[in-house]
Amino acid sequence: MAASKPAPGATDPSIIRNFCIIAHIDHGKSTLADRMLQITGVVDPRNMRAQYLDRMDIERERGITIKSQAVRLPFQAEDGIDYVLNLIDTPGHVDFTYEVSRSLAACEGAVLLVDAAQGIEAQTLANLYLALENNLTIIPVLNKIDLPAAQPEKYAAEIAHIIGCDPSTVLKVSAKTGLGVEDLLNEVVKQVPAPVGDANAPARALIFDSVYDTYRGVVTYVRVIDGQISERERIKMMSTGEMHETLEVGVISPEPIASKAIGVGEVGYLITGVKDVRQSRVGDTVTVANKGATEALGGYRDPVPMVFSGLFPMDGSDFPVLREALDKLKLNDAALVYEPESSVALGFGFRCGFLGLLHLEIVRERLEREFNLDLISTAPNVVYRVVMDDGSEHIVTNPSEFPSGKISEVHEPVVRSTILTPNEFVGAIMELCQTRRGTLHGMDYLSEDRVEMRYTLPLAEIVFDFFDALKSRTRGYASLDYEPTGEQSADLVKVDILLHGDPVDAFSAVVHKDKAYNYGVAMAAKLKDLIPRQQFEVPIQAAIGARIIARESIRAMRKDVLAKCYGGDISRKRKLLEKQKEGKKRMKMVGRVEIPQEAFIAALSTDDSGAKPKAK
Amino acid sequence: MSERTLGAYIHVPFCSSRCGYCDFNTYTASELQRDGTTVSAATYAQRVIAEIAGTRAQMSDDARQIHSVFVGGGTPTLLSADDLVLIIKALDVEFGIAPDAEVTTEANPDSVDREYLATLRAGGFTRISFGHQSSASHVLQLLERTHTPGKTWQAIAWAREVGFKHVSVDLIYGTPGESDEDLIATLQDVAKADVDHVSAYSLIVEPGTRLAARVARGEVASPSDDVAASRYEIIDEHLTTMGLTWYEVSNWALPGGECQHNIGYWRNQDWLGIGPGAHAHLQGTRSWNVKHPAAWASKVDADESPVADREVLDADDIAREDIMLRLRLREGLPLDGLTEQARAEAELAVLEGLLVPEALADGSAVLTFKGRLLADGLVARLWA
Repeated sequence: MAASKPAPGATDPSIIRNFCIIAHIDHGKSTLADRMLQITGVVDPRNMRAQYLDRMDIERERGITIKSQAVRLPFQAEDGIDYVLNLIDTPGHVDFTYEVSRSLAACEGAVLLVDAAQGIEAQTLANLYLALENNLTIIPVLNKIDLPAAQPEKYAAEIAHIIGCDPSTVLKVSAKTGLGVEDLLNEVVKQVPAPVGDANAPARALIFDSVYDTYRGVVTYVRVIDGQISERERIKMMSTGEMHETLEVGVISPEPIASKAIGVGEVGYLITGVKDVRQSRVGDTVTVANKGATEALGGYRDPVPMVFSGLFPMDGSDFPVLREALDKLKLNDAALVYEPESSVALGFGFRCGFLGLLHLEIVRERLEREFNLDLISTAPNVVYRVVMDDGSEHIVTNPSEFPSGKISEVHEPVVRSTILTPNEFVGAIMELCQTRRGTLHGMDYLSEDRVEMRYTLPLAEIVFDFFDALKSRTRGYASLDYEPTGEQSADLVKVDILLHGDPVDAFSAVVHKDKAYNYGVAMAAKLKDLIPRQQFEVPIQAAIGARIIARESIRAMRKDVLAKCYGGDISRKRKLLEKQKEGKKRMKMVGRVEIPQEAFIAALSTDDSGAKPKAK
Repeated sequence: MSERTLGAYIHVPFCSSRCGYCDFNTYTASELQRDGTTVSAATYAQRVIAEIAGTRAQMSDDARQIHSVFVGGGTPTLLSADDLVLIIKALDVEFGIAPDAEVTTEANPDSVDREYLATLRAGGFTRISFGHQSSASHVLQLLERTHTPGKTWQAIAWAREVGFKHVSVDLIYGTPGESDEDLIATLQDVAKADVDHVSAYSLIVEPGTRLAARVARGEVASPSDDVAASRYEIIDEHLTTMGLTWYEVSNWALPGGECQHNIGYWRNQDWLGIGPGAHAHLQGTRSWNVKHPAAWASKVDADESPVADREVLDADDIAREDIMLRLRLREGLPLDGLTEQARAEAELAVLEGLLVPEALADGSAVLTFKGRLLADGLVARLWA
C-alpha cells in the first residue's frame, strides 16, 4: 500500500474526501476514529491506544475533545482506487460552537454518529444543523448496535425524520468491534463530494485550529481551498495582516509528516515559529505574502468571552504562579482573557473571561493540575451592559463593579436554546424554563416520544445551575444546546452580602429583581451554617443598595477553653494552639470576621452538597 | 533558677474499671493481665521508689526540696495506704520534703475508709481530692462511674475527722443527659460538705473512648459548648455564694485552699514526673516516661531511665507556654514579658470584655468571667 500512497502536495483533489464526525459525548466518536486509524493502517496495532486523537489527559479522562485534530488516512476503496480521507475531529461542546463551525467549513461531508441505545442529543442536533448550513453531505450512522439496549429501528426512523432520508439508508456500526466501519469508509468515498478549488489561484487556506507546542511553537491546522502553501514561503494572516515564514508544512497521519507543500483540498499543518495562538486565529484565512488573495474566506469571528469568573489562589503567595500559568495557557487558548483583580475577601487574583462553563471548568482544572495551584473561583457571571440615566454606559464583567446610582436600563445576554427530551418531561422542563425567565418559541416531535423544545433564555440563568436542574428534573434524559443571540433589557439588581456590616465582594451577585429576595435569604442561610462562630455576634445581611432584604445572625461563641491544663497536658496543648493559630493565618478576614477558605468555596459552589459543616 | 519551686507528680496507672469517657493512662487489673505483665498495685510502690532513687541520682546537683507532691491516676487509692506513705517517705529521704509542703492524693470515695485516710494523714498527706463528678445517678451511669454518690460525703467527713486540712471534690459538667437541675442538686450537695476546694471540668468527648463511639453512633448527644458555657455560669455562681473563689479557669477555693501543686504547673515551675507516662518539667526541658506500665517496669527493673522522650524548649516555646498557662490564673499574666503587638491585643481584649481593665492598668492580664470561657482564643492572640 505504501508505494501507491499519493504524496502530500501532489494529490489530485478528485481522490480526496474531507469529512468530520458529529456526535454527542459517549456516543463513540473517538472509538470510531480509533477504528478508522486501524483499518486504514496508519497506526500500527502495537502503538494503538484508546482515544488516539485526544492528546490532553483531560480529554481522555472526560471523554471529550477540546482541540480539533485532523488525520490523513490512505484508503483503497471497493473501486480499487487509492483515496486520501481526511478525518477532522471536532470539539463537541456548546462552548465551542464557533470552533465546530470552522471545522465543518473545512469538510465536504459529515458522519452523523448516534448511539443506537440513546438517540440523538441536543448538541448533536445543533451541530447537525450547522453542518447542513455549511452544505455538508450527511452520512447517518447508528453506533453501538451490538449493545443489548440498542433500538436501531426506532432511532434510524428518528434520524431519517430529522434529515429527511430513508431509514434504510442509515448505516449501522459497532465502533467497538469494528463491525461496519469499512463499509462506512466506502460510503464516505461514494457520497462525500471531492473538494473543488482553483490550483492556480493565489493560495487560500482556512485555519480550523491552532495548537501551541512547547518545542515547535504554534502548529496551525489548515484546509487548503485554492492554490498551495509551501515550506519556506512568506505567508499572510488575512484578519491581522501579519506576515510569517513557513518553517514547515505537512500532513498528520497520524504523526506529523513534513512535505514540500500542501495543495487544493488537502488538510495539513504549518509551522511558522510564532509562540502565541492569537497569531493563528481559528477561522482566519492564510494566503501567500506575495501577490496573495485579496478576499478572505468568510466566517471569521473574534472569540468573545461570554462567562466571567474570578480566580484566586488559596495561598496568596501563589499569585505570581497563577499569572505565569495563565500566560502559558493563553498561548494555546485564543478565547481565554484575564486581567488582575483584587478582592477584599479573596486577595489578589484574576477576573477571567471564558467561552462558557465547560471552558471555565477546563481552564480551572488545567491550572490546578498542570501548575499545581489551589484555586477559589467566584460564581460565574455574564457580561452586563448598564445604561445610566445620564446616558453613560458601563460594561460590567464583575458584579461587585455593578454601578450604584441612577440606572436607566440593564442589558443581559440571551441565548437561543434547544432542549431534546422524552415527551414525559415536557411539563417539568416548561416549569423550569418559566422560573428561569425563558420564552418558548416552538416544540416539535422528533419521533413519537421525543420532543425538541426551543427557548430563548437569559445566559445568566443557564450559567447558574440550569444544566444540573435540567438533568435532575429529567432523570438525565434531556440534553441542551444553546447559542448566543444578542441581549435583552431586564429588571436586574445587584445583591450585596454584608458580614458584620462589611460587604463581601466575592458574594455580590446580579440577579433578577424577583429573585433577589430568594438569593439573599438563601445566601445568608448558607453562610450562617458555613462561618464558624466568632467571639462576637456576626449579623449577615443581604442588601440591594442600602435596603436590607434578608438577615441572619451567627451567635457569639461563648466557650473555647479546654477545662484541663495540667502537667501532662502542656506540650500537647501548646502544639494544638500553635496549629490552630497556623490555621488562622489561612483564614480570610472581612473586617474582624475570620472566614475559613472552605466556607468561601462551599458558599460559592452552586452545589448544595458541597457545603461542609463548619469547623469547630 | 533556684527560685523555681520543685514539685513531684506520682502517677498511679490502675483502676478497678475503666470509665467510658476516660482516655487517661490507666489500666484495670484484667487489662494488665491480658498484656502479660507482672505489674500490679501490690508491687507498684517498690518500683516507684526505685524510679525516685534513680531520678535523684541523675539530678544530684539540684539542692531544692520538694515543695509539693501530687499523687494522681488512675486511682491512687487502689494502692494500700501504707504503700502511698512509703512513696512519700522515699521522696523525703531522697529530696527532702519542705516542712510546709502540700502533699495531695486523689481518691475514689469507694475505695477508702476512715482508717485508710488516717494512715495517709499520719504518713504526711495534707490534702485529699475526691472524684465525685455528679450527684445524679443517671449522669454517673453515662460516665460509667462505679461509686454511689452518697459515699463522697461520708469520705469527706472522715477525711476531716482524721485531720486533713484541705479537702477537694472534682465535678464533671455538660454530660449528655445532665440537666441544669442535676447540676444544681450536685452543687447543693457540695455546699453541705466540708470542702475548701472544687475543680469542675466540662466533659470532653475524647477520641478513642467508649463515649466517643457512642456519640459517633448517635446513642448520646455530644454536649454543646453553649450548654457547657451556661453550666459553667451556674457553677461559678453557686461556688461564689459558698465563699469559694475561682483562682484558675476550672478551680475554685476558699482563701488558702488553692492547690499549691497545680499552681506550680500554671506558674510554669519545675516538677518531677514519676510513674508510667508521667511528664516532668525541669530547667526548660519537658520529658515524659514510657507509657505502658510493663515497659516502664522493665526500664525501672533494669535500672534504666524510663524517660521515653524529651523536648528542650527554646525561648519562644517558653514564652508561649508562659502565656498559655499564666493566663488561666486569677493572679494573671504579667504584661512585662509581652510584645508590643500582644499588648495591643490585650488592650483590644479589654474592649471585648475578655480582660479586666483595672488589672491591665496595673500591669497584668486577668480574665473576666466571659474571658475565662474564651481563654484559648485569647492565648493564641497574645502569642503575637
